[in-house]
Amino acid sequence: MAYTDRVVITGVGLAAPNGNTPEEFRRALLTGVSGITRIEVRFMGPVLAGVCRFDERKYQGAKERRRGTRAGATAIYCCHEALQRAGLPRERLHADRVGVFLGITEHGTVETENEIDVIRQHDYDTRCWSHHHNPRTVANNPAGEVTLNLKLHGPHYTIGAACAAGNAGLIQGVQMLRLGEVDVALGGGVSEATGSFGIFASFASEGALAEHEDPTKASRPFDLKRNGIVVSEGGCVFVLERLEDALRRGASIVAEVAGYAMNSDAADPVVPEPGTVAACMRLALERAGMEPKDIDIINTHATATPVGDEQEVIAINEVFGDCETVYVNNTKSFIGHAMGAAGALELAGNLGAYEDGLVHPTINLTELDPKCAMRNLVIDRPQRLAEVDYILNNSFGMLGTNSAVITRRYRG
Amino acid sequence: MGEQRIRQIVLDIISLVAPDADLSNVRDEVPLREQLELDSMDFLDIVMELRKRYRIEVPKEDYPKLASLASCVAYLGPQLQGHA
Repeated sequence: MAYTDRVVITGVGLAAPNGNTPEEFRRALLTGVSGITRIEVRFMGPVLAGVCRFDERKYQGAKERRRGTRAGATAIYCCHEALQRAGLPRERLHADRVGVFLGITEHGTVETENEIDVIRQHDYDTRCWSHHHNPRTVANNPAGEVTLNLKLHGPHYTIGAACAAGNAGLIQGVQMLRLGEVDVALGGGVSEATGSFGIFASFASEGALAEHEDPTKASRPFDLKRNGIVVSEGGCVFVLERLEDALRRGASIVAEVAGYAMNSDAADPVVPEPGTVAACMRLALERAGMEPKDIDIINTHATATPVGDEQEVIAINEVFGDCETVYVNNTKSFIGHAMGAAGALELAGNLGAYEDGLVHPTINLTELDPKCAMRNLVIDRPQRLAEVDYILNNSFGMLGTNSAVITRRYRG
Repeated sequence: MGEQRIRQIVLDIISLVAPDADLSNVRDEVPLREQLELDSMDFLDIVMELRKRYRIEVPKEDYPKLASLASCVAYLGPQLQGHA
């Protein structure tokens, strides 16, 4: 095996606030359908959130679901859907050669809050704390639930990478294929963040929780009136294979992973550092053997916080400012911030461009913040391109973790 | 509290713990594990629900007394006296 082994995506499974399949999701992104609603959250009252509505019971029994977690259920749904789309039903898998690598922003917050609420109702009697708490909250839980459900015996773990985690899960899958550790990697990310009041409360205390009278207009990256993040849940898993394996079995290839990079700001716990973000994108380009002008679509990370969006724009303008044919969009404007799933979901939302030649727009951008001005920012309506060959997907996270993934249309 | 009521209390808890299980023909004398797909975590769940709902504490050495519906009724009967 060599580092240069080509790795391809042969299946995608996802749960987004505005779609339960790649096709539904893509349609929503091309037709301006937001997935944001107002929900009740413990102690917080009504808040804006992106909640998924996939069928949890499609691939999971009621008891299995009761014992597990929302993130686990989301991961199981996404993995089944991805394998099905890859033409790899369970009986065709060599169970000991399949690995599960899922990015998470955090895990266990929801379950811990739930148990505290349970014991609160029992005079804080810790004997009422569930024996399920530990298996639910171990950090590998979502990936482990997938292996239990699908009876997979290859390695499984989660990758904690804050909001860069979705990309990190995909990258880990690519690396494990190149190391020859697995033959099929299920890589991506999941989030159950909307179940945790603490996540909403912390963003609120930071002054970074979005509010808008119309939930569908709350997530407003690059807009002058943006006022913060909409917390969302979701999941997205890619079936990854070495190209030669995929070709041997006659798989349909969605895209090739052309390059990737991750690095660290080592600067601020929450504010991205443009210099390192630019370096991350450059490293991904270098590994892909590409120039900035080769990219067709940049899917931004921007979460609609006043500072974070500006920092990413500085980095993009630094690397791509001279490129006339690079188009820029943002998926969070539709689905909010799906945390650990964000990177993977947002990439998945753009892969359809290889088929339809469209750059999905950024919505809710009614008044562009001059500090967020970028060339070819696609607003409100999809932009048709003659051809889409390369997509660069940015995802950054707290504590200064940055990631960029570049995919290429597979041409043989 | 009558035996039928205690039996129903146990079945209600099992229906929560094992929501996929068919409880329409559970035989009283046959161990629950032989009739339903219950494992050790499920029994811990049953013990937990008895604690939460009725403040009944089942010590570990008494777990075998929850093996069948009939043994549950016999064991829990005295402890559920006083509950409506």
